[in-house]
Amino acid sequence: MTQLPTHTDRKMGLVIDLDTCVGCHACVISCKGWNTENYGAPLSDQNAYGSDPSGTFLNRVHSYEVQPSPCSSQPDPAAQLVHFPKSCLHCEDAPCVTVCPTGASYKRVEDGIVLVNEDHCIGCGLCAWSCPYGARELDQAAGVMKKCTLCVDRIYNENLPEVDRVPSCVRTCPAGARHFGDLGDPDSDVSKLVAERGGMDLMPELGTKPVNKYLPPRPKDQIDDQIDVLAPLLTPVAEEPKGFLGWLDKALDKLPGHSEGGSN
Amino acid sequence: MHPAPSVIIFTTLSGLGFGLLTFLGLGKPAVTGWVAFVFYALAFGFAVGGLLASTFHLGRPERAWRAFTQWKTSWLSREGICAVAALLIMGLFAFGAVFLDTHWWILGWIGAALSLATVFTTSMIYTQLKTIPRWNMPLTPVMFLTFSLTGGALLAGAEALAPWFLAIAGAVQLAYWAKGDQAFAASGTDIGTATGLGDRGSVRAFEPPHTGSNYLLREFVHEVGRKHVMKLRAIAITLGFALPLICLILPVEGFMAKHLLAGLAVLLHIAGVAASRWLFFAQAEHVVGLYYGKR
Repeated sequence: MTQLPTHTDRKMGLVIDLDTCVGCHACVISCKGWNTENYGAPLSDQNAYGSDPSGTFLNRVHSYEVQPSPCSSQPDPAAQLVHFPKSCLHCEDAPCVTVCPTGASYKRVEDGIVLVNEDHCIGCGLCAWSCPYGARELDQAAGVMKKCTLCVDRIYNENLPEVDRVPSCVRTCPAGARHFGDLGDPDSDVSKLVAERGGMDLMPELGTKPVNKYLPPRPKDQIDDQIDVLAPLLTPVAEEPKGFLGWLDKALDKLPGHSEGGSN
Repeated sequence: MHPAPSVIIFTTLSGLGFGLLTFLGLGKPAVTGWVAFVFYALAFGFAVGGLLASTFHLGRPERAWRAFTQWKTSWLSREGICAVAALLIMGLFAFGAVFLDTHWWILGWIGAALSLATVFTTSMIYTQLKTIPRWNMPLTPVMFLTFSLTGGALLAGAEALAPWFLAIAGAVQLAYWAKGDQAFAASGTDIGTATGLGDRGSVRAFEPPHTGSNYLLREFVHEVGRKHVMKLRAIAITLGFALPLICLILPVEGFMAKHLLAGLAVLLHIAGVAASRWLFFAQAEHVVGLYYGKR
C-alpha cells in the first residue's frame, strides 16, 4: 500500500561528504553496472553510440560553483567547486510513495528503504513528478520507474563477502566520500558523522524529511595550519641527481651540443 | 513541464465531457429520446476519449487497472475511481433518458456530483505537487472546475448561465496567471536550498552530470515553450472566453443563427482552453530543474 509507515525500525541511508567527493563519477558507473545486472529491469540506454545518447541512471554527479560574498576579512573570496552526487534520499515523508496509484511504490517498515515493485508499476510517471530531487527515472525500454534501491540486493546478501554488503556506490568510492548506515540510531557511525560535521537536508522546506544527509564542504582557502594532509609527502624527493644518474648527467653535459632543460 | 499532447487532450476534453454530464445529470436540459442520445454521445465521447488519451503516456498501459487500488492516498487513483463511477451512473441515467423516456433523478444527481468530483480529483493530481509551485495553489482546482462548468454550460446550451460562467472562468484564468507568475519565487526553493550550499555564497551550476539529455530534462525542463507566453495568453483568453461571450450575447434572431453562433462559441472555447492547458504544462517549472541550473 502507498500509505507511508508511521515508524520504521531502522533508517538505512547514505551520508555524502561534499568535502571529500572528487567528482570522479565512479559511483555513477558502479551503480549503473550493479543495477543493470541485478534487481529488476536493467537500466537501459537509448541511442548509446549515436548522436543523442541517453540512458537511465539512479545516481548522477553534478558540479556547482559557490561564490562567497566579499566581506572585511575576505575582500576577494575565491569561488569553490563542489562535486555533488545525487540519488534517492529515501525520505521519511516520501511524496513519491503516496502519489502512486497502483501501490507499486512503497517504503519498507524494517529499514525505511523506498522501493518500486516493477511488476505493478504502470509507468505513469507521477512519482517522478512528485520527487524534488530527480531521483526517479522512467526507463524507456522497460516502461517502469527506476530508482535507487540502496542496493537492497547487496546489503543483506550473504553470498557476498561482508565487506561488500554495502551499496555499490559506497563500496566503489575511491575518496571515501560515501558512508552507509542506520541514521535512525544516534550511536551509529553515520549518525555521529552527521552530528560532528553538521550534516544537512536538501530542500528541507518541502517537508520530505530526507534520510540521506550531506556533509558540507570546508572552505579550502581558509585552512591555515595545513594545506593538505598529504603536503609533507609532496616535497621533491631528489632535486640533484646522485650516483650513477649524477655521473650520467655530468657526462652528457660535457658532450658538444645543446641539452634541453639547461645544465647543472 | 513537458506539454505532452496526451495530457493536454485528456484534461481539455474530459473536463468538457464531465462538465456536460454534470448539466445533463441535473436535468439542464432534461432531454429524452434522440436529442438525449446526441447529448450523451457528445458527453461520453469527450469524457471517454479524454480518459483514453491519458493512457497513452503510461509506460505499461496494460496494467492500468491497478490504478484503482490506492484511493487512500493517491489522487490519481481517486480520479480513476470517480471517473469510472461517474460514467457508470450517468450511463444508467442516459439509458433511462434515451430508451425509456424517463429520468431517474437520484442517479442524475449522484452522477452530476461524481462528474464534478472527477474534475476536482484530476485537478488535485496537479495541485498536490509541491515540486511545481505554479500548480501547488488553491486556484488550480478552482480553474479546472470553472473551466469544466463553462464548457458544460456551452455544450448544454444553458443560455442564461453560460455567459456568467464564461466571465467567471476568464477572471479565474487571469487570476491564476497573475498568482502563478509569483509562485516559484514565493515557494522559497532555489538552487541554494536545493544544494544546501546557499548560505555560503551564490551557487551556480558549473557542470551537468552528463553532456546529453535525460528523462528528467525531457520531462521537467521545457524552456523553449515559454518563449511566446504573452501571445499564447492573449490567444487563450480571447478564444476561450472573450469571443464565446460575444457570440452568446449578440442580439440575433432565429433558431439557425443562434445555434450556429452557439456552435462557434463551443469551438472557440475548446481552442482557447487547449491553448491555456498547453501553457499550464509548458510554464510549470519543476524544482528539479534547479539542479541543472535550468527552470
